[in-house]
Amino acid sequence: MNLHRETAAEIGRGLAARRYSSVEVTRHFLARIERANPALNAFVTVTAERALADAKRADARLARGEGGPLTGVPVAHKDIFCTTGILTSCGSRMLANFVAPYDATVVERLDAAGMVLLGKTNMDEFAMGSSNETSFYGPVKNPWDTACVPGGSSGGSAAAVASRIAPVATGTDTGGSIRQPGALTGLTGFKPTYGRVSRYGMIAFASSLDQAGVLAQSAEDAALVLGAMAGHDARDSTSVAAPVPDYAAGLGKPVKGLKIGIIREFFGAGLEAETGAAVRAAIEAFRGEGATVEELSLPNLPLSVPTYYVVAPAECSSNLSRFDGVRFGHRCKDPRDLLDLYRRSRGEGFGAEVKRRIMTGTYVLSAGYYDAYYLKAQKVRSLINDDFRRAFAKVDVLMGPTAPTPAFAIGAKTDDPILMYLNDIYTIGANLAGLPAVSVPCGLAGGLPVGLQVIGPHFAEERLLAVAHAWQRATDWHRRMPEGYA
Amino acid sequence: MTLTRRDVENIAHLARLEITEAELPVYVGSLSAILAFVEQLSAAPTADVVPMAHPLEGQNQPLRDDCVTESDRHEAYQANAPAVEAALYLVPKVIE
Repeated sequence: MNLHRETAAEIGRGLAARRYSSVEVTRHFLARIERANPALNAFVTVTAERALADAKRADARLARGEGGPLTGVPVAHKDIFCTTGILTSCGSRMLANFVAPYDATVVERLDAAGMVLLGKTNMDEFAMGSSNETSFYGPVKNPWDTACVPGGSSGGSAAAVASRIAPVATGTDTGGSIRQPGALTGLTGFKPTYGRVSRYGMIAFASSLDQAGVLAQSAEDAALVLGAMAGHDARDSTSVAAPVPDYAAGLGKPVKGLKIGIIREFFGAGLEAETGAAVRAAIEAFRGEGATVEELSLPNLPLSVPTYYVVAPAECSSNLSRFDGVRFGHRCKDPRDLLDLYRRSRGEGFGAEVKRRIMTGTYVLSAGYYDAYYLKAQKVRSLINDDFRRAFAKVDVLMGPTAPTPAFAIGAKTDDPILMYLNDIYTIGANLAGLPAVSVPCGLAGGLPVGLQVIGPHFAEERLLAVAHAWQRATDWHRRMPEGYA
Repeated sequence: MTLTRRDVENIAHLARLEITEAELPVYVGSLSAILAFVEQLSAAPTADVVPMAHPLEGQNQPLRDDCVTESDRHEAYQANAPAVEAALYLVPKVIE
C-alpha cells in the first residue's frame, strides 16, 4: 500500500469512500514510524495502542455515516500540547516525567474531529530553538539529508510529515517555529492569526507571540486541520470570538487580481542566492497568473530579531518561573533548603538555551534595565506593527522567503546563539504583529527544499490558504518527497 | 553591554538557576553578545510611540462570572508532584 503518498485530505476521502479502514491506515503509519523513527528521532512518544483504539472508534463512526473529512486520519502532536495520560515533555528534562492530567484544546478538538493520535513529536526544548538541537531527547534529522537539521522548534512534526511517517502534524509558532521547519523540509507550514487557535493546554513560551498551527503536505490539509482546531475557547482569554470560516470551501478562490507586496528588506545580503532565486521565480509566476506585484519597504522590520530577543525571553522568564520543582516536573535530589531546591531543580531541569533565555529575560526585566530594554522593545514592536498595517493598506498579501538558507548541517550554528537566532529573520515579524502566515514549498536549493512565505493581515487565513492552494495546483513542489521515504 | 561574572551570578540568582563553574564563562560571553545585539534597538526613534504588549488591538480581557467552574481534581494533578503528603506539596523546612 502507498497510503503515505496520499495527503491527509486524500486519506479522509479514501476512508469516507471505504476504500480502506482507519485501522489499516493507522497500522501503515505505525509501521513506517517503527522503521524510520530511529534514524530521524521525530517522535518522543509513539502511542500505538491509543492510535489503534482511536482508529477503531473512527471506523465505527464512519460506518454509521457520522464521520467528517478528518475522521480516521492519523495526526501527530508536537510534544508541547498536553495530552491526558501521555508524557508531555516539551522537549525538556524538566518535564521528562510529566504525564498531562488534561488535554489541550487543540488536542481535544482534533480528537473530536475523529483524528487518530500517532504520538508526540520531538521539539526544541520549550520551543526555544530554530534547529531542533536543543531537545533533551536529542536532535531531529531532516529526512531530505540526515546530516542536516529539520528546522525548529517544531522539527519533529516537520520531519514526521516530510518523511510521511505521519500524514499531518500540529506545531506551534512563536518566532517561526512552524514556517521555518516547514520551509526546511518541503512542507506547508501554517501559522494562524494570534488568537485564532486556543493556547489552552499548550505549554507557554512567550504568551503574546505563541500560536498553534499545522505542518501539512498541502494547503488543503492545512485548511482542514486548521478549521477543526480554530475557534473561540473560554479557557484562553486571548482567543478571539470570531466565527471560523469554512477554510476548505474557500480554497478555490482565484489569484487573478491579487495584490502582492514584496518585502524589500527580505532580499538583502543574508539571503542565500539559490533560495532567493526560487522565491523570486515563484512570485513572478503569480504575476503570470494575473496578480499584481509591487515592492514595498517595511523599514523597521530589520529590527524584528532584536525586538523578539527582548520580548520573547522576558515573557519566557516569567512563564517558566512556574517550574519550581514543587508541583510538577524535575526536582533535584536532597535539597538543603527551599532556595537550593529551586536553584538546582531548575539548573538541572533546563538545558543551556532555555537557561540563556530565562537569564536574558530576567535581565531585561530587572530594575534599572526595564525601560532601556523591555519597554523600548515593546515600542519598536509598535513600529513594526505599523509598518505591516501600512503595507496591508496597499496590498492583499506580502511575500518573501521563509528562511535565509535551506537546511544547514547539524552542529553548524550551535556555538553561536546570534547566528542561530538570525534563522528567524523573515518569520519573526508576523509573530510580533500577530499576523497569519504560511510557508509553501517553491523549489530546491542544493537539492534541499525552499519555502515561499506569504503573510496576510489579521484573520486573512482564508486568503492565505487560497493563495497557497492556487500555487500548489500549478506546481508539484509540495508533492516531492525525500529520497528513501517515497 | 559587557556583563561580568558577578552580573551573571546575580541574574542567575534572580532567576533561581544554579549555574555551574563551567557554564558561567559561556553565559558571560553569550549573554553579553545578546545584549550587544539587541542594543541596536536604542537607535530607533520611539519618542511618542505607544508600547505594544500584545497583537490584538481592541481585544479586552474578558471577565468571567465569579463562580466555581473547576472540579476538585487534586489527586490527578498531584500525581505529577515530586513529593506529596496528605494532599499537601512537600518542600524542605522553611521556618525553623
